[in-house]
Parts: sequence; C-alpha cells; structure tokens
Amino acid sequence: MRSALTMLGIIIGVGAVIAMLAVGTGASRKIAEQTASMGSNLLIVLPGSQTSGGIRTGFGGQPTLTLNDAEAIEKECPAVQDVAPILNGTAQIVYGNLNWSTRVSGTTLGIIRVRDWPIATGRSLTDEDVRSATKVALLGQTVVDNLFGGIDPVDQIVRIKKIPFRVIGVMEKKGQSVMGDDQDDAVFVPVTTAQKKLFGTTFPGMVRQIMVKARSAEDLDSAERQVTSLLKQRHRIGPKKDDDFSVRNLTQMMQAAEEQTQIMTILLGAIASVSLLVGGIGIMNIMLVSVTERTREIGIRMAIGAKTWDIRLQFIMEAVILSLIGGVIGLTAGITGSSVISMMAGWPTEVSLMSALLAFVFSGVVGIFFGFYPAYKASLLNPIDALRYE
Amino acid sequence: MVLIEARDISKIYQLGDTELRALDRVSVIIEKGEFLAIMGPSGSGKSTFMNIVGCLDIPTSGQYLLEEVDVGKLTRDELAHIRNQKLGFVFQGFNLLPRTSALENVQLPMLYNSVPLKERNEKAIAALKTVGLEGREHHHPNQLSGGQQQRVAIARAIVNQVPVILADEPTGNLDTHTSIEIMELFQKLNVEAGITIILVTHEPDIATYSRRIIRFLDGHLVSDKPTIEDQKGLRKG
Repeated sequence: MRSALTMLGIIIGVGAVIAMLAVGTGASRKIAEQTASMGSNLLIVLPGSQTSGGIRTGFGGQPTLTLNDAEAIEKECPAVQDVAPILNGTAQIVYGNLNWSTRVSGTTLGIIRVRDWPIATGRSLTDEDVRSATKVALLGQTVVDNLFGGIDPVDQIVRIKKIPFRVIGVMEKKGQSVMGDDQDDAVFVPVTTAQKKLFGTTFPGMVRQIMVKARSAEDLDSAERQVTSLLKQRHRIGPKKDDDFSVRNLTQMMQAAEEQTQIMTILLGAIASVSLLVGGIGIMNIMLVSVTERTREIGIRMAIGAKTWDIRLQFIMEAVILSLIGGVIGLTAGITGSSVISMMAGWPTEVSLMSALLAFVFSGVVGIFFGFYPAYKASLLNPIDALRYE
Repeated sequence: MVLIEARDISKIYQLGDTELRALDRVSVIIEKGEFLAIMGPSGSGKSTFMNIVGCLDIPTSGQYLLEEVDVGKLTRDELAHIRNQKLGFVFQGFNLLPRTSALENVQLPMLYNSVPLKERNEKAIAALKTVGLEGREHHHPNQLSGGQQQRVAIARAIVNQVPVILADEPTGNLDTHTSIEIMELFQKLNVEAGITIILVTHEPDIATYSRRIIRFLDGHLVSDKPTIEDQKGLRKG
C-alpha cells in the first residue's frame, strides 16, 4: 500500500512526461505534414501598399500584380521553378439541384507543381485553357462530395455565377492547412477566365497573388531576391520608394511555427520533469522511513556479515525497483493519457520510442539518485545499536 | 589450540565528563572446542565483552586476537568478513528476518559470501536438518514456535561452518522444556562438530551445560573456573 503510494509520484511524473512529449511530438509532426501539404520552397508575392497623396493602403490594398508579372518571374528568375498566379474569390457553384459556396481560384497549370497537388481523375489545366480563357474547372474533393453524390464529375457541367463550366478533373485530397481551413473546398479555373468572366478586374491582367516555387530549399533566398528585384524593375520603383508588393516566405513561417511547438514541448516536458523530481523525493522519503523501520534487520544483516556496499546496494536496488515499476506503470498511463488527450482535444499525439526509453531510464536514475542517501544512511548504522533497536 | 585471546582489553565510554569503564583490563584465553558460559549481573560488562569477541565492536585499549589475527586493526568491511566466516550469532530475540522463509533466513550469511544458489540451497537444507527442522524450510518465522525459531537462528549461525558460536541469552525467551532442547542442541554441536560455544546467561541451570564459567562484575573479570568448581563454590557461598 505504502509502496503503491510512493510509486504514484513516479507514475504521475513519468506519465506526465510521456503525455507532454507525445503532445509535442504530435503537434510538430502535424505541422511538418501541413508544411508539406502547402507545397515546399514556396514564396507568395502579394500586392503591396501604395502611397497616393500621402495615404498609404495596407498590403493587398492595391491590385498591382498582373499576369505579365507572373510570366516574367517564370522566365527571368533562374532560381524559380514554377509560378502560379492566382485571382480568387468566393462564388456559388451549382450542379443540378445542388449548390455550394466555395473559393474559386483562377490560376494556371503551375498550381499543380507549386502546391505539389496532383490531379486525381481527369486532366489538368493547360496553357491553351489559359490562352483562350476556356470555361473549364478543376474541383477539390470537398466540392465534389457536396455536389456529386457518387457520380463521376468529369465532363459534367457546373454553373459558377450562372456561367456554365465543364469539369475537366478532380484534385487529390489535401486535408487541412496550417490555419485549419479545408484546402479541398476549392475550385480552380483558368486565370484568364476568372479575370474576364467571373470576378472582373480593375485593370487588365490583374491577379491577387503569385505563388512562386524555388528550385530547392537552398535557392529560396536567391529566388526571393530575384523576384523582388525583378518586380521593382517592372513596377519602376525608385531606390528610396516603398515596394508596392511584398514577398513572403512560407517555409520560414512554417519553420517558425515548428520552432514554437518545439519550445512548447520542451516547456511542457520541463514542467512534467518537476513532477518526476517530486516523485523521486517521495521515494527518498519512503526509503528513509523504511531504513528506520528496518534498523533491526540492518543490524542482523551486518552481524551476519553484510558489508557496507551489501547494505547500500540492497536499499538502492529497492528504490530502483520501486521507481522502475512506477516508471512502467507511468509509461502505460502516459500512453493512455496521451491517446485520451488526442481523442478529447482532437490534437494529434505521438509517443516516440525515444521518449518512452528516456522516461524509463530517467525513472531508474531517479531511483538510484534518491535511493542513495537512505542507503548510505543505512550502511553507516552501528551494528550493535541497530541490533538493540526496538 | 588458542582460538580467542584477549590481552588487557578495556572499553571506555565517554559520557559527558564522566568516563564509564565498561571493561577494565580483561584478559581471557579461550581454546578451540571449549563450551564457555559468561555470567554476571546487568551492567557487569559481559555484553560489551561479547560485542568485542563478536567483532561488532573494537576495544579502546588492549588486543583482541581471533585465530591469531589482531581484530583491532581491521576496517569495518574486514570485520564484517570475519563475522561472516568465523562467527555465528544466536540472540535472545532470535532476530530472524520476518516475511522470509526459514530456508532464506539460513541462506542469508552465504548471500554475503557469493556462494552460488545451488550450493546455498544444499547447505541451508543440511543446516536445517542438523538442528532438526527438516520439512520446515518454507515456514515463515511467524509460523514457527519460539524453540523452532531459535533452531532456525542456530542453523543460520552454523551454515558457513564457523569455528565459534556466540549465544547471547539464547534461552531467555523460551520455556524450561524448550530451553533444555536448545541447550542440548548446543551441546551436540560442541561435541560432534567441535564448534566452540560462548554463551551469555544469568540462569545457573543453563550455565551447567558449559564446561567453564567466567564471571564479570563492574567491568572486571572476577572468576574463571571449570563449571563443576564454580557450582561447588556457589553452594558453599
């Protein structure tokens, strides 16, 4: 009973460490997955603020990017692999008697490679589609689920803002984005069609953003520089003027998010370690009581020939066994606890072999560390006094 | 052959300003194979003497030689080794480990001597057989009578084939009938196995099993006679 209570400290400590590490590992894994789902090595070019008559608009306030900018970036920046200009908006999409409001993005075939987002069935957008502004659409999985109950959507006609579009393909399922919205709730049409038929533009060729994929992670910085200088030149921005666009590095944002979760993991782990420490002190406490209670036994053992280290090892072993059993139970509790957390809170958790091993070894070390002082105390007893102890 | 030689040993305890001479220049020689009883009232120094003979304590001055080794110069762990190899202890309160079977209690001294498990088992069973406790190997102390517990303690004392048994009032907690059985067991071990037995008692009846009696009073050795003479002296007195 008393041993069970003593172990409880270790159980809670190890359990907490395991659960916290599991939450942390799960979170950073999820972020890594989402990073991959966004597409890798991405830059996003947004139209920027513009100063006119002393009034500065915010980012995206002025539609300064055009389709020609996108083409120029693709042609003239050697570090850039693919470019996808995007002009998007929300629109009602109708099929038969069903309708669904979704995000419609006008883009080019570059979107497939920029976002690492393959086509599941049908065909992709082509340059020809963009050149002649054909009325064709690629649907995301969520849109398909909501409009087509099991019917193959390819070659069906849907209406977007009452304009008929032929479905040419369906994108593969992509899942949630880092921000938590459903990336599959999307429709892609040729950017020119979006400009001319769906959303209209304040000036010819306007797009809302340009997604740029660098050739590799190493090329990301040079791609950012090349895009910036190219756009400065194209937009005729003098050396002392503010840019009318901004280039954002998505990968950096992801890395920052991942670093944050890592810090959180370390923080949570540290807090949990404190409870492990408290558990260790509990073990020391109970071992000290045990040494006092078993003074006579220690005396008998000494009279019979137990040497200093025989006594020490006995008590250290007892402490280690106590904390290891606690560690194993704590490990089970931690695994159970982390799966409960992921069920209740919907967070992904992951118990790594490493953290399990770490917790196990750590509980052993706690046993040795906190078992040593009581064992040391026991070994210094005078056998005569110990034998006489009642 | 001399087994134990005490040369002028004194044990002095410092109690504040006063010093207490628990033993005052005591010299005794004990031969191998003796059956010796130590008598004296409480506080006479007999327990202190036993502790020194049992290597649980070292004298303040004087020399204690056990099989010609000067025990006073040994470290704590060397003393533990000597207790393990040369001395068997039997106490008034039995001092068995609770919640531990008779067999495991008897195995205990061999545990500190790295004897392999199989040999430990064989020797412990043999020792239990010697003290007449066959078939009780797996009983725990609380399942045994006082006499049986004391037999387990004796088995534990002899299991390492020690030359000496130190018995500190071994019959103090036992009734007369059981006391006689235990004393007969000591006598048997003394005669048949040649084990030297040193017995502390204050019961004259128990002391008659010995062949030599030494008496302590106020830290001094006051009498050292063969048992027959000692008993005669008593009757005269």
